[in-house]
Amino acid sequence: MKGKNCVAIAADRRFGVQLQTIGTDMDKIFEIGPKLFVGIPGLATDTQTVHERLRFRTNVYELRENRPVTPQVLSAMVTNLLYEHRFGPYFVEPVIAGLDPKTNEPFVCGFDVIGCPCEPEDFIVSGTCEEQLLGMCESLYEPNLEPDQLFETISQALVNACDRDAISGWGAKVYIIESDKVTIRKVRTRMD
Amino acid sequence: MATGLAPEIPSGGFSFGNFQRNLSLEVQGLHPPKAIKTGTTICGLTFNNGVVLGADTRATAGNVVADKNCSKIHRLAPKIFCCGAGTAADTEMTTRNIESQLELLRLNMGREVPVVVANRLLKQMLFRYQGYVSAALVLGGVDKFGSHIYCIYPHGSTDKLPYATMGSGSLAAMAVFERGWKLDMDEAYAVQLVRDAIAAGITNDLGSGSNVDINIIRRDEPKTKIIRPYEEIGLRGKRHGKYTYQKGTTKVLETEVIPIVVEEEEVVQRMDED
Repeated sequence: MKGKNCVAIAADRRFGVQLQTIGTDMDKIFEIGPKLFVGIPGLATDTQTVHERLRFRTNVYELRENRPVTPQVLSAMVTNLLYEHRFGPYFVEPVIAGLDPKTNEPFVCGFDVIGCPCEPEDFIVSGTCEEQLLGMCESLYEPNLEPDQLFETISQALVNACDRDAISGWGAKVYIIESDKVTIRKVRTRMD
Repeated sequence: MATGLAPEIPSGGFSFGNFQRNLSLEVQGLHPPKAIKTGTTICGLTFNNGVVLGADTRATAGNVVADKNCSKIHRLAPKIFCCGAGTAADTEMTTRNIESQLELLRLNMGREVPVVVANRLLKQMLFRYQGYVSAALVLGGVDKFGSHIYCIYPHGSTDKLPYATMGSGSLAAMAVFERGWKLDMDEAYAVQLVRDAIAAGITNDLGSGSNVDINIIRRDEPKTKIIRPYEEIGLRGKRHGKYTYQKGTTKVLETEVIPIVVEEEEVVQRMDED
């Protein structure tokens, strides 16, 4: 979710096989750069594979080009990685949130399973309770929110959307990315 | 094996590595997420000084509107553009691929690439994939031979037409074209006709929505720009109240702050300001 000179990304922490919960401390949001994060919801094995592949590609990029990965570059990388598997896709729908390393311009971008980029000016949602989240965000979101307010908005959207999804929940992690710091807060959600 | 020092050289083309696995997962009852489609209205027509292309801006995943303002008019060359309908990733990647091929061809030949070439490259690529790359395109452009509109179907067949529509809203748009189309239209009339056709698609087809994007390619201008949005049709109602939560509504269990180390240059600047 975009705010004023800041951007937020949040995910729940459940790891389960269909209706059976296996773990409650799974991280689905990964750090790519100091101000750049990617959330990868979907099939857990693919979440990890896609993250590792992205890490490999970003590392090679940074060594080769000697400059940090910008959100736009990461977005192109994700698109190319996912579209390469057009006819046997990774079951993930990644979301990128970050600030431009130089201008601190907020950036959010989402993808479908085969890498179609969607770059909205407000927010992007993805995962099993996508529809609930869409409704929550559509009504709660306002442009140009300050970091604190953005945290309340994104947390309430996520917490209340998870309430109506049986296979999401077990706590959430909310990242607020600003130009000088990243604040990670753990939030309580329903535990059943 | 790929390492940082000797990176794996990509072989190019699609990877089918997950195909068998995905098949067996599906048999076990896993429902794969849907790819985003552009249930779309796109159209194009020629007028006395070039080509007008139009598109709506809705992208859908099933019945959910995935993107309210996506861009469906893609650039292939400075004076060749292409509207895409079908699976969103396919139209996007196909047009990007052909765009780079056309640019390489232009540099090799040392002259402007005609629209037929773009048409031929697209149809050969789509035919090669037997319709599995589901991109339905309206290609429009201007070259030294005149103004052209091509309709390209996902299986690789093409039509050369004076006016064309594609996508789920193509019937609504074609109805408007059939009623209003004339030989040798002027620009204002042509743009209005395209706008009406897309508006008909947006209002009558549920797979199309939001705004009208229009691109006018003129014979006497070297470059063009997509007018985005040309007009907003599906306007959303204004919210009067405020839903913003008070600070402290959400109970925080744990907080961690990672400061970002500022680069040296910026530190110096800050001290100057102090």
